[in-house]
Amino acid sequence: MSVATGLRPKSPVERLLAANSWLVFAFFYAPIFVLVVFSFNANNNVGIWTEPSLRWYREVFANESVMSALKNSLIVAAISTFFSTILGTMAALSLERFRFRGQRLYDGLIYLPIIIPEVTMAVMLLLFFAQGFQWLDAAVGWSPSFGLGTISLSHIAFNISFVAVVVRARLGQMDPRLEEAAADLYADRWQAFRRVTLPLIAPGVAGGALLALTLSLDDVVITNFVAGPGATTLPVYVFGLVRRGVTPLINAVSTLMLVASMVLVAVSFGFQRGSHGRVTEWRASDR
Amino acid sequence: MTIDTVEAARPELEVAARRADSRRGFFIALPAWVYLTVFFTIPLFIVLVYSFATRSSTGRTRLADWSLDSYRRLWDPLVAQIAVRSFMLALATTLICLLVAYPFAYYMATRRPALRNVLLVLVMIPFWSNFLVRTYAWKVLLGSDGPLSQLSQAMGGEPIRLLFTNTAVLIGLVYGFLPFMVLPLYAALERMDWSLVEAARDLYADGWTAFRRVTWPLSRPGVFAGSILVFVPTLGAYVTPAILGGAKTTLLGDYIVSQFLAARNQPFGSALSVGMMTVMLVFTVAYFRSGARNL
Repeated sequence: MSVATGLRPKSPVERLLAANSWLVFAFFYAPIFVLVVFSFNANNNVGIWTEPSLRWYREVFANESVMSALKNSLIVAAISTFFSTILGTMAALSLERFRFRGQRLYDGLIYLPIIIPEVTMAVMLLLFFAQGFQWLDAAVGWSPSFGLGTISLSHIAFNISFVAVVVRARLGQMDPRLEEAAADLYADRWQAFRRVTLPLIAPGVAGGALLALTLSLDDVVITNFVAGPGATTLPVYVFGLVRRGVTPLINAVSTLMLVASMVLVAVSFGFQRGSHGRVTEWRASDR
Repeated sequence: MTIDTVEAARPELEVAARRADSRRGFFIALPAWVYLTVFFTIPLFIVLVYSFATRSSTGRTRLADWSLDSYRRLWDPLVAQIAVRSFMLALATTLICLLVAYPFAYYMATRRPALRNVLLVLVMIPFWSNFLVRTYAWKVLLGSDGPLSQLSQAMGGEPIRLLFTNTAVLIGLVYGFLPFMVLPLYAALERMDWSLVEAARDLYADGWTAFRRVTWPLSRPGVFAGSILVFVPTLGAYVTPAILGGAKTTLLGDYIVSQFLAARNQPFGSALSVGMMTVMLVFTVAYFRSGARNL
């Protein structure tokens, strides 16, 4: 682990590198810092500091549009995380541990939703739902409308791929001999999966689920297209406000969204670090 | 279920076992396959079909009179101008990110392991933070009565009028996508065998030569990965130009959106989407090809 940089300590190059790094960190954090500070400002105008207050936070929680958008966001995030984690994990397992016909095609299909631009995916899903509903209406005289259902279905569609990639990375790091050892000890494939593979990839699955949750909670572009008039999620609602201008209320909502992101980062780091302890726990509870 | 553990002495059983396993893999793959076929492949196909359809005078799409008109319009000077602007902006964003992120990732990778992890967490936080919120932060900062402008006026300067310009969009894009450049570069540099650099120095290479001949080639997979991760999404960016850009800074992303939500020209919007998707797939495939060669 020794670090030989090829540079003597405190050489001019080293100093430049350090300076650049601190500038990058300032660049990363200064805008967020300003945003958070001004969310505690009593004034109506974002740029003019008067006195500290929690006024805008009270207004956020009293604002019915924000609260209903938040509720929608949480519903969609929960549904899409649940289904995409299951489907994505199964996809990763099949790609990493099995050989079957059409596998290469499947491999490409799994990666496509990550590679293609968000706007394109949004366009695709909008046309798909609009056209599908039109055909359904012509066929049976009834069709569903755009709303939380279409949003959730769309979120699952892009989240499956991200979960699959994360779980696959974890499976790739895992020693396949552990499963072979289980098989040698007369475990069938399901038992080997349940007792050996699943506990070992659990941090990967949790990481994938957290990524899916974050992506679902953050998505603006695709949701904006498939939301329909009735239902908006929090980011889409905030996006609408942001386009009109800058207000302290948006600062307060933004700060709360940042706090939520930080909590998710903390949880995901916790999963990675505590993965070893939990495997043994899991095994103990299995008996 | 004991079929897996049957001895190899019975080849026909071996083949049957392999077949059973392959079938099992297929069934495990099936749910996601079906889902992505319905909610990804079919939508993709519909966009392709729509791009050859025609728009009626009321703005509805008629799935008849198939033509290449929408694709012909892609060569309009107006469209070409938007495409070139998007391309240049994405290129500039990628280059700036690379120039800033490389020394930064180098610095991170050459710290002590404990400090390295702290720095990594500090990069991960903006990476995981809400993109919309981070872009909005720049709208607050750059506004004509925002903090930067007031600071400049307090020091006797001019108010800052950056918002709704290409510069503002560029700043927002660099800010938004910098972590996507830092992380793969850091991963490549951290994995690198630094004793190779030492060996170069022992063989009387100066610092610059050692970097150019050893470090840079070894970190190239990270450079490729980071560049793709920045270039592809910025080329189709919608949120950043919508918040920080103005009427004169239309980019491909918001131009496509406007074809569906405002202009109601779905065939043309579909053709634009297909065009953009093709360009990006070409870049990504090129990346995987070159990446494989460099790894």
